[in-house]
Amino acid sequence: MITNTETGEVELQPEVLEAVVVRFVGDSGDGMQLTGTQFTDTSAMFGNDIATFPNYPSEIRAPQGSLYGVSGFQVHIGSIEVSTPGDNVDLLVAMNPAGLKTNLYSVKPGHTIIVDTDSFTKKNLEKAAYKTNPLEDGSLENYRVIKVAMSSLTKEALKDVEGLDNKSLARTKNMFSLGMIYWMYNRSTEHTIDFFNKKFKSKPGLIEANTKVLNAGFYYAETLELIPNSYTISPAKLPVGTYRIVMGNTATAWGLLAAAEKSGLELFLGSYPITPATDILHELVKHKHFGVKAFQAEDEIAGVTSAIGASFAGDLAVTTTSGPGLALKGEAIGLAMIIELPLVIINVQRGGPSTGLPTKTEQSDLLQAMYGRNGESPVIVIAASTPGNCFNFAYEAARLALEHMTPVILLTDGYIANGSAPWKIRNVADLPEIKNRKITESKENWHPYDRDEKTLARDWAIPGTPGLEHRVGGLEKDSVTGNVSHVPENHEKMTHIRAEKIRLVQNNIPDLETEFADSGDLLVIGWGGTYGALHSAVKQINKEGYKNIGLAHFNYINPMPKNTEEVLSRFKKIIVCELNSGQFASILKINHSKFEFFQHNKIQGLPFSNGELIEQFKKIV
Amino acid sequence: METTAVKKYTFKDFTSDQEVRWCPGCDDYVVLRSMQKALPDMGIAKEDAVFISGIGCSSRFPYYMDTYGMHSIHGRAPGIASGVKLANPKLSVWVMTGDGDSMAIGGNHFIHVLRRNIDLNIVMFNNEIYGLTKGQFSPTSLIGQKTKSSPYGNTQPPFSPGELALGANARFFARIGGNNPKAMTQIFIDAHKFKGTSLVEVLQNCVIFNDGCYSNVTDKDVKEDKQIYLEHGKPMIFGKESDKGLVLNGLKLEVVTIGENGITQEDLLVHNAKEEDKTLHQMLVRLKYPLATGIIRSFEDVTL
Repeated sequence: MITNTETGEVELQPEVLEAVVVRFVGDSGDGMQLTGTQFTDTSAMFGNDIATFPNYPSEIRAPQGSLYGVSGFQVHIGSIEVSTPGDNVDLLVAMNPAGLKTNLYSVKPGHTIIVDTDSFTKKNLEKAAYKTNPLEDGSLENYRVIKVAMSSLTKEALKDVEGLDNKSLARTKNMFSLGMIYWMYNRSTEHTIDFFNKKFKSKPGLIEANTKVLNAGFYYAETLELIPNSYTISPAKLPVGTYRIVMGNTATAWGLLAAAEKSGLELFLGSYPITPATDILHELVKHKHFGVKAFQAEDEIAGVTSAIGASFAGDLAVTTTSGPGLALKGEAIGLAMIIELPLVIINVQRGGPSTGLPTKTEQSDLLQAMYGRNGESPVIVIAASTPGNCFNFAYEAARLALEHMTPVILLTDGYIANGSAPWKIRNVADLPEIKNRKITESKENWHPYDRDEKTLARDWAIPGTPGLEHRVGGLEKDSVTGNVSHVPENHEKMTHIRAEKIRLVQNNIPDLETEFADSGDLLVIGWGGTYGALHSAVKQINKEGYKNIGLAHFNYINPMPKNTEEVLSRFKKIIVCELNSGQFASILKINHSKFEFFQHNKIQGLPFSNGELIEQFKKIV
Repeated sequence: METTAVKKYTFKDFTSDQEVRWCPGCDDYVVLRSMQKALPDMGIAKEDAVFISGIGCSSRFPYYMDTYGMHSIHGRAPGIASGVKLANPKLSVWVMTGDGDSMAIGGNHFIHVLRRNIDLNIVMFNNEIYGLTKGQFSPTSLIGQKTKSSPYGNTQPPFSPGELALGANARFFARIGGNNPKAMTQIFIDAHKFKGTSLVEVLQNCVIFNDGCYSNVTDKDVKEDKQIYLEHGKPMIFGKESDKGLVLNGLKLEVVTIGENGITQEDLLVHNAKEEDKTLHQMLVRLKYPLATGIIRSFEDVTL
């Protein structure tokens, strides 16, 4: 557990899911055993870090008193040694209502259920004793439900296959679900296609049909850009409170809602759909009753520019995106920076460059967030580190933007954004104060770029306020009057002021804290969404007899906490771990050149595994 | 937003302390003064007017208005203006843009802002050239036009802003010569009053890089013969002697002379700017002789 310094709340400890339990359920005739076996075998062949349990259990019977005829297969795969069969399921594939009904109890809240919607007919619902359709009545709200018309998609995929009867064709739909899972968990279809070739040697029609459907499922998941849950919660005593399961993207949306409420502003979101950030838009459009204005724009640029307009007019303005979208927004963020308006930009990072790996996680937009604009264009950069604290840092992004009159880039990533965690419901009254800088009355001799002495933040004079009419714009401004100025010395002065303004944010953010050790042999440094993995690994290595290995995880990146240098100096060695080729390390090196920074980098679109981290730490110590 | 308790302003109240830096003789001065004269008659408080621009000569406009304003980035003013209006619907929000700003780099925003029909006003200064970057062809430059980036003549066919706008389902489209401040002032007032996105195309002469580009239709001695100034509910009549008019011949507009071939004023088309069906508006927009000016379309629709 950690104590969150912004809110003083005790927070849950999420960890990266190192093992996954997948359960396939359906009618006995649905071929669930075959599906499960294939997934198991393929996983076994996938690599050393996957342990498989092909024999467990071969059959899952419905709990007593429930429905008969449900057949299932459960697989537990993991990068760490898996010693229990895993009662809690991360992913349930339910081919019919009866399968869903009898297995729902085992699915971890917030985790994923894939259903064949074609099988949710009136008749099947009755057979499963459902009074209302669970896909429509809201009873699955606490899960991520992926609705797939699997039977019809299978039929469509096979429309050109000849020589097989309808029954044989329909039976291949289990391969559709298997294809989907292969995509989600990075498995190749190759092993299963080999299997078809051997098993159906004498029936080429079946080879063709099964292969087609398997591939159709694989590509369908790719098209939907399905992202697996990658977070879990270590068994821990929860502090007293009311909890909800939230995904990181939902928590981000709620953090923004809370910030709007606290600051007394209306929330404006300008956004364009992009994986894996779109769920923030999906969540915020639901909250019109809170005065949320969610505007789906024609492109990423209009997403950010509409937010800049809303900010100019006095709303708490936000734009949400992922890497490629941040690139498109760069020029507009520079505008918001030079006209010094509050703006929250949320980048749910994914694998890059270019379109890259939309459904995979990476931390490779850090330097883009820091420097990806023309000219000298500093903005605040912060990062959330768990699904739950996406709430805190979305709130914090809004607080800093409003108090310092500047754009703030909040970095999350695909895995924490889609990962879910129990989250303690907050009371807005208990959240930190947000003082926005709106002025409502004209003052004698007022200028738009008059600044607060302590923060250098300017006033926020919004249209509609009599007597404060003024112009802002992308051209350099005179430091006093705010009029356009091409005076060389003024430009240099303004450049320094804009940099100093961001540096002064250090006075408004908490110190960097270390966990497990205050000083010692090795300081493990991370930032953003790798917190769960780094925390588990440092905890474990300390348990293994290594002493004095500390963890310093950064949420504040620009500026960094004031005590950063002091924390670094307390350890003999420092290793910076990131899911990129060393971007944060390079920032640390620039700012703290007297230290040597070891690096551990991974650029595979995957989170860190415990094993690889511990091995690295041991090598260095 | 109309209010009764608004103080009476004059154009001076909307004039900022900044020196205007457009080239001497530029039509942009006419647009500026027309806007400053129109605002007192819009019935809004001074602090409720907001001018948002992109980049280009025309986009310097907000600096010269003593209102709230933003000189933003190239092509993006419609997005910013949409955000301003959605944040505070009581504001009168104006986008000041040029042909390059709106139809080249900002083309995507331009069509979508028209499609959505948020209650905004757009004034497009169309001079068929890039002025601020010193004379390259724009998306409205003519084929064959020699510019700094087309020394052998422009090969790219131009957009007709009106056709593009109606294609994007613009509900309000007006066109006015850059040397016609009186009509321009009234059009700005009407654009403000219109609920929805209104687009005003100003045929703006660039004295330096494209001088005389509209002189064959806007010059004082020819304009009455070469332009038809459309007014809702009035017959389509033009000419120095007011003896020419438009009739529909099959699917084409045809110029006729009153008194010839038995034509009387009753035979002429009557302009209906408020008609939902935009077929005739499109024909008017396309017409080369006479060039249609005034409010061509003003159809009140659902706004955001």
